[in-house]
Amino acid sequence: MDEQTGIQLLKTMVRIRLAELQLAIMYKNGKVFCAAHLYEGEEAVAAGVCAHLRSDDCITSTHRGHGHCIAKGLPMKEMIAEVCGRKTGCCGGKGGTMHLFKPGIGVMGTVGIVGGGIPLATGLGLAMQMQKTDRVAVSFFGDGASNNGAFHESINLAALWKLPVIYVCENNMYATSVAVWRSTSVPDIGVRGAAYGIPGITVDGNRVDEVYEAAAEAVARARAGHGPTLLECKTYRIRGHFEGDDSLYRTREEVAEARTRDPIEYWKGKLIGDGVIAEDDFAAISAAAEAEVAEAAAFAENSPFPEPQDALALTNQV
Amino acid sequence: MEALREGMRQEMERDPSVFVMGEGVGPHGSCFKQTEGFTAQFGEDRSRDTPISELAIAGTAAGAALLGMRPIADLMWIDFSMLAMDQICNQAAKLRYISNGQVNVPVVYRMTTGRSKSNAAHHSGSFYSWYINTPGLKVVVPSTPYDAKGLIVSAIRDDGPVIYLEHKLLLNMRGEVPEEAYAIPLGVADVKREGADLTLVATGAMVGLSLAAAEALSKEGVSVEVIDPRTLMPYDGDAILSSVRKTGRLLVVDEGYRYCGFASELIALVAENAFEVLRQPPRQLTPRHTTIPFSPPMEEFVFPDAARIAGEIRAMLGITAQGESSNG
Repeated sequence: MDEQTGIQLLKTMVRIRLAELQLAIMYKNGKVFCAAHLYEGEEAVAAGVCAHLRSDDCITSTHRGHGHCIAKGLPMKEMIAEVCGRKTGCCGGKGGTMHLFKPGIGVMGTVGIVGGGIPLATGLGLAMQMQKTDRVAVSFFGDGASNNGAFHESINLAALWKLPVIYVCENNMYATSVAVWRSTSVPDIGVRGAAYGIPGITVDGNRVDEVYEAAAEAVARARAGHGPTLLECKTYRIRGHFEGDDSLYRTREEVAEARTRDPIEYWKGKLIGDGVIAEDDFAAISAAAEAEVAEAAAFAENSPFPEPQDALALTNQV
Repeated sequence: MEALREGMRQEMERDPSVFVMGEGVGPHGSCFKQTEGFTAQFGEDRSRDTPISELAIAGTAAGAALLGMRPIADLMWIDFSMLAMDQICNQAAKLRYISNGQVNVPVVYRMTTGRSKSNAAHHSGSFYSWYINTPGLKVVVPSTPYDAKGLIVSAIRDDGPVIYLEHKLLLNMRGEVPEEAYAIPLGVADVKREGADLTLVATGAMVGLSLAAAEALSKEGVSVEVIDPRTLMPYDGDAILSSVRKTGRLLVVDEGYRYCGFASELIALVAENAFEVLRQPPRQLTPRHTTIPFSPPMEEFVFPDAARIAGEIRAMLGITAQGESSNG
């Protein structure tokens, strides 16, 4: 990875982190009026994977999808406005935090049903293959979804047809309130790739360099027509399942320990240690992201709500 | 069924983005030979066999549709489509809406529906009211070969997801079908028989039985108008209301269960919009509210047939089987 890429990855992670922290504040003060699922601590996965994607590549994502959308290029203003239910949001307020779309840059939807995006990404890959392009599709999903039929049915199909799809399992250790060891039959979800005859890789999802390298190979493989890859990125969900979740199913010590493995701290330390950036540079990156987030939040708050009757646009009324 | 096959084949010849996928649609040519010859003509790429993975079939088809393909996904039986519910009802049906119109989902979900002969509990369902009840889906059920071809063409050309239902008892039905491609617009009912005394709305295999009943009653001096909505969502309310305004009576015969069903929906439509013209309470005739049994005497007992339909009409008009007025 060259230095510029390393810096870019750091910028993406910081932008995601600050956007999520801003949304947490906006939830507390009522500007975000639903229980958003925030991505703090998992930023390296979105950044490391999406760094390999072109704007005509597509992703599907999850209820915890803000980070994937930012990494794929969704303008912060349109995202925060959508999460705030405003007319200026990327879906005009029809979608909200769990249903973000921007097809022009390949954001083919965050999905509120666990596992729901996996078959859709498989279909995106099918279209890409049938249309004889070298585009690829990425499906982001969690450890919980890897126990869902959608995961198994889709990966079997993609393996069978050698579809250009990368299945990225963000193992954040919790499926809502259920720890992965209580729900999942194997310690490493990556091994499930073997059941379908495709590469299954497990990496430290808090280390963006590991994610980046593994994703590079998976994306190249898909683009070359060699088929899908299952990439498990082990990370940790720092916040509750949703804002307002009391997290009584885990200990404070566990969360504190996970915070010591913060992906941004890790990568910042690495870049500074390698002499790629200095502390000042990091401060500048943070300040730029902070300004972008503040501007997006102000844009959202100053944007109008949709008209009530806009609810009926795009429906088939009898 | 040949009509359906011809409709699909002509659309596949016309538009390279149309393709079929599902269990056995390849060299085998599908369960009822709906895609016979497609692999030879279009190749395995566009006549795509799949594993028995209903959820993945439905979702993969929807995903491909997002990028401009026009998949026809065969789920075989409506009973099996329950395994694909999330992708049909939560994803395909909603993606255009939640994306604020940024994507279209031009996918057709084909599935057989209705009773056959002793197909029992898992192969006789008519659960389409679930799909009618899902905003974003269109639901089509043809009752003649002519309609089967014209409606599949419209379903394929439609930019949203369409549930296309094939009644198992009608797959071998014969009828006039033009060779050239033609489209029957979705949402337009067809008056299958004109009449003055009673409006009988029937769907799928119930249309033929209703026409038989209407024919029998015509010999008793009763004039029944038989309307086939053809599209169950969005349905042609105007056609039904204008017929009821003419006859003042409504009977709906449908193979879905009555509770929150299509028949009860049409009765609600008429009660809300044309109550004042009704000469008596509207009626519905549907299968009895039970799991479909296997053994023939029990199965026959559960479903409406031409005799029960005729009986229902006579009861509404207050006449006996001989055509004599029972109470004026």
